[in-house]
Amino acid sequence: MTTSRFTRRGLLKTGAVTGAAGLALPTIFTSRASAFTNAPMGDTVTLGFNVPQSGPYADEGADELRAFQLAVEHLNGEGDGGMLNTFSSKALDGTGILGKKVAFVTGDTQTKSDVARATAQSMIQKDGAIMISGGSSSGVAVAVQSLCQDAGVIFMAGLTHSNDTTGKDKKANGFRHFFDAYMSGAALGPVLAKAYGTDRKFYSLTSDYTWGWTQEASMNKFLSAEGWSQVKDVRTPVGAGDFSSYIAPVLNSGADVLILNHYGADMVNSLTQSVQFGLRDKMVNGKQFEIIVPLYSELMAAGAGKNIEGVYGSMNWNWQLQDAGTKAFVQSFGTKYGFPPSNAAQTCYVQTLLYADAVARAGSFEPCAVVAALEGDGSSLPGVDSASNKGLVFDGLGNGPTLYRSADHQCFKDALVMKGKSDPTGPYDNLEIVEATPVSKVWYEPDNEMFAGGDLGTCNNGA
Amino acid sequence: MLGLGRKDTTLFAIVVLVTVLAPFLLNPFPADSAMAQFNSGYPDLMQRFAIYGIFAIGFNILFGLTGYLSFGHAAFLGVGSYSAVWMFKLLSMNVIPALILAVIVSAIFSVVIGFIALRRSGIYFSILTLAMAQMMYNLAYSVFSNPAMNLTNGETGLQVYASDPQYLKGNGPDVTHLFGLQMNSTYEMSVAGWKFDFGVGYYLCAVIMLVAFYIAIRIFRSPFGIMLRAVKSNQHRLNYTGVNPRPYNLAAFVISGMYAGLAGGLLACMDPLAGAERMQWTASGEVVIMTILGGAGTLVGPILGAGFIKYFENIFSKINENVLHSWFHWLPESVQNFVVHVLSPFFGEGWSLTMGLMFMAVVIFLPGGLVEGGLRIGRLFRRRPAPTPDAATKPAE
Amino acid sequence: MDTLILQFLNGLDKGSAYALIALGLTLIFGTLGVVNFAHGALFMIGGFCAVTLQKILMISSVTLDPTKLNFLGKPTEVKTPYVEVFFGKDVGAFIVDWSVPLAIFFAIPIMIGVGYVMERGLIKHFYKRAHADQILVTFGLAIVLQEVIKYFFGANPIPTPAPEAFRGSVDFGVWLGFAPDLIIYPAWRLVYFIFSLVIIGAVFAFLQFTTFGMVVRAGMADRETVGLLGIDIDRRFTVMFGIAAAVAGLAGVMYSPISSPNYHMGMDFLVLSFVVVVVGGMGSLPGAVAAGFLLGVLQSFASLNQVKALLPGIDQIVIYLIAIIILLIRPRGLMGRKGVMED
Repeated sequence: MTTSRFTRRGLLKTGAVTGAAGLALPTIFTSRASAFTNAPMGDTVTLGFNVPQSGPYADEGADELRAFQLAVEHLNGEGDGGMLNTFSSKALDGTGILGKKVAFVTGDTQTKSDVARATAQSMIQKDGAIMISGGSSSGVAVAVQSLCQDAGVIFMAGLTHSNDTTGKDKKANGFRHFFDAYMSGAALGPVLAKAYGTDRKFYSLTSDYTWGWTQEASMNKFLSAEGWSQVKDVRTPVGAGDFSSYIAPVLNSGADVLILNHYGADMVNSLTQSVQFGLRDKMVNGKQFEIIVPLYSELMAAGAGKNIEGVYGSMNWNWQLQDAGTKAFVQSFGTKYGFPPSNAAQTCYVQTLLYADAVARAGSFEPCAVVAALEGDGSSLPGVDSASNKGLVFDGLGNGPTLYRSADHQCFKDALVMKGKSDPTGPYDNLEIVEATPVSKVWYEPDNEMFAGGDLGTCNNGA
Repeated sequence: MLGLGRKDTTLFAIVVLVTVLAPFLLNPFPADSAMAQFNSGYPDLMQRFAIYGIFAIGFNILFGLTGYLSFGHAAFLGVGSYSAVWMFKLLSMNVIPALILAVIVSAIFSVVIGFIALRRSGIYFSILTLAMAQMMYNLAYSVFSNPAMNLTNGETGLQVYASDPQYLKGNGPDVTHLFGLQMNSTYEMSVAGWKFDFGVGYYLCAVIMLVAFYIAIRIFRSPFGIMLRAVKSNQHRLNYTGVNPRPYNLAAFVISGMYAGLAGGLLACMDPLAGAERMQWTASGEVVIMTILGGAGTLVGPILGAGFIKYFENIFSKINENVLHSWFHWLPESVQNFVVHVLSPFFGEGWSLTMGLMFMAVVIFLPGGLVEGGLRIGRLFRRRPAPTPDAATKPAE
Repeated sequence: MDTLILQFLNGLDKGSAYALIALGLTLIFGTLGVVNFAHGALFMIGGFCAVTLQKILMISSVTLDPTKLNFLGKPTEVKTPYVEVFFGKDVGAFIVDWSVPLAIFFAIPIMIGVGYVMERGLIKHFYKRAHADQILVTFGLAIVLQEVIKYFFGANPIPTPAPEAFRGSVDFGVWLGFAPDLIIYPAWRLVYFIFSLVIIGAVFAFLQFTTFGMVVRAGMADRETVGLLGIDIDRRFTVMFGIAAAVAGLAGVMYSPISSPNYHMGMDFLVLSFVVVVVGGMGSLPGAVAAGFLLGVLQSFASLNQVKALLPGIDQIVIYLIAIIILLIRPRGLMGRKGVMED
């Protein structure tokens, strides 16, 4: 092994050694020597990516993981740099974070709160992770966020759409870039009223956990404001598989719209089965029956195939946007993996960059310094007149100008209303952007009734 | 000593020693060596070793002694966790009331469920326990998380909020503690590249596990334990001799349920969040696997099995292809690729496959589990005819 | 009324899946006296037979189409399945479309093979051991089988659509004399129900009217005597194990358009089917079928909004609740025989 030939085997081996070293170096949990949990000691810093790799949200999890890997590559100066080139902050230079090479560990949450906390705990205590990211289920995100708060590490939420994540369950160490159910409702309400009229009766099927509940409440609020009325809301267990006995009562309930507050494999099953039941061919109250999926994902759209045609929904981001950040990200993601990124991937990629940027600007990995850097300098987003419009403003990460609001650690930006395409040209081209609802329309105050009851508390350095 | 026989005393002393020294034994590799990935001596996992050890010891009192195979034991674990978190929410973060309530509530549940399920035996008993546990899981998941009566907080899991009453908290800490001694505080010792974590939480779990283990030994050796074995070997004969086995079975079931509740309470003490999936039947299946793998009916078997499974789940599952390549880098490239290709399904994410195969092998070839395997190997080396199996390790047939 | 009928249909549909799996379980139990916890895995493997056939049929030649550009501005790949190349476009597309029904013929030999290997390789050695050991070893086998499937097919559900002709719904109410548009039911679910009736009928006819079946029934009643008559009952029982595996597999194949197969669907169904078997009575074939349909229908009725308003959550626990009640008031289940599994 004295010659340095560049072979696949050699490459894998070095990868393994650095990987192992990255895992092994910072194994300090409560060290008296350092002031905060898992202070990086060697020349690497370890991030923990905790995503569902099995269960109903496994597709999203896999895509999130791809995005994390890409983000780490870009942070370490490999690849084409992606959105680092378009990001408005220039604190990152492709030499890792504060000169330390970025290593990462992954875990499988199985979409279960208990398991997710155990995997996060092992990342923090054994692998020395200083930041945990990931998501896809709000129940899991809420559970892991509170663990990170207690342990004194930063939690950069991945895909989590429940109001509670930055509402009643918000934590000082937790940050969310993804939009929430309230914003979905605010964006969808007017569009739906325009498309389907103002005297509709809707029936909701709702995933029985925090995300489903808040999304159902948000949709109800904004559709009621448009003159719609709810016939009934039925809770369904996550991962039910067969939704037939929940769909059958919809048929003759008098409702003319079905709202599916489902996500992932659940949504694919419930939408497919609703279409099989002939719902979309029905006429009720003299109107065409319609199905709405408030939270969309490209992966779900691909799984549901033709059933998605003409169905309205909302998204945090879509690869078809035309800004420079989006183009750069789609280019590097597409080149690496051969298909465009999902909005779950985008939010995870952006969160990783934002964390790294905050550390670089703070000049320290100390969680409280990072929190302060993410809370920004009190600058505000143009176009919104509100006292709470304060925090970190950035651009060039795909969503246009974005505010990380310091009051609740929630990002504010335009929300996308989407619709299933009627003549897709390829497997990834199944959704079209109906409108980008401006941030002022989806804005809310931190003490809004749907977000009330929580308290950020103070940041925790752990140790 | 302690009312134990000589062999039991030795066994107990060994277990005590291993438990106390676990932070050293589980971190045998220097922290920055490539082998450090096999270290398992970090607080969270060590706590799980001890907690699932308690769970499996308790399960063994039922299955190992009476032969009743419960497929719903995780329900008691979940009930224990929920009760403990409720104590945190209502009183304070002190673990003592939480553990007491966890044991009491799980005892009540196991009396009710045991009374119903023990009316039948064999597979009917297994299905009854399975059905009742699944029912409790479904109820905890949806019905008892409705806003009117939110007992479980559904999928998110029950957790402590700043707005909870916590009547006895006063100025006490916000994290779980034993009269001020915080569960998450850890002393770290660095010795020339080695790092050892001594967690308060772990030692609390360890002490409770040792007590639980001691009680289990006493039960195994008591007339009560012998009666339970009689149930296993032939319940009909027992009936003919005029003994009604039901009270004995119920007592075993309740004790075993209380062990599970205690384990569940401890889980919540180490991490104050209780999720419904703890009660799912797959979790019940896990404790079955632990007990059988380690050796049902033996004393240390369940602890070994629990440790084994948890090690697999948390450490072995992280051996991915890159690591395998680095292990076999000394082979010629094509051979190396082939070897890694053959092995990779069994490592990393494939840990459940390996575990399933091992479990099958144990059921087929080693009904006494790893303990019996160890004894057989020991006998091979001692090169003498098999001694009469001593009671401490013989599966209670 | 219309909702009741719809839920009744849903119940029959769920019930047919339960009944098919329970039938196989009971066949194995009645003939071999083995409690097979791996039976759900056989159902799951059936589903993946459909997935595999679909994948085989979709093996495609790839050409680049420079006139169309993909999202990266590169030529798009155009895939043409080889079946379309060999059989022409129309026939090829038809074959791909009908991959799920075609998978029946693909699954039968595979499932019988899997069943044969399982019985000869593993179960055979457990005839004489305690039922607890049988449960444990087959439980282990179920874990191994599902992990193997997970390794090859991944953790995500794989969509396997029904043929185009059956993807829609039929106006079932009109057939019964209701107003049109009142009772609409998915076509494939009706197909599934009819299919399961045919399979159940075939199994019963096979046992009732063939010599082979008569010998098997005799063996179920009194194995020793049949053995003393010089009949190799063991070999026939092995065949029955293969048939039971095939029944579970076919149930899985036909279920795949209703719910996309994933690696743990077997475990999900296993628990319910065991409850079904126990409710029906261990060892009773008609009991298993009747209990399957009964529990399916009751579960669907429990999902009625009116029922749920009265008893929240009842839809999720009704099966277990009924199982507990039946086991307590009729310890041998609905149609169980005396002396089965009571040692």
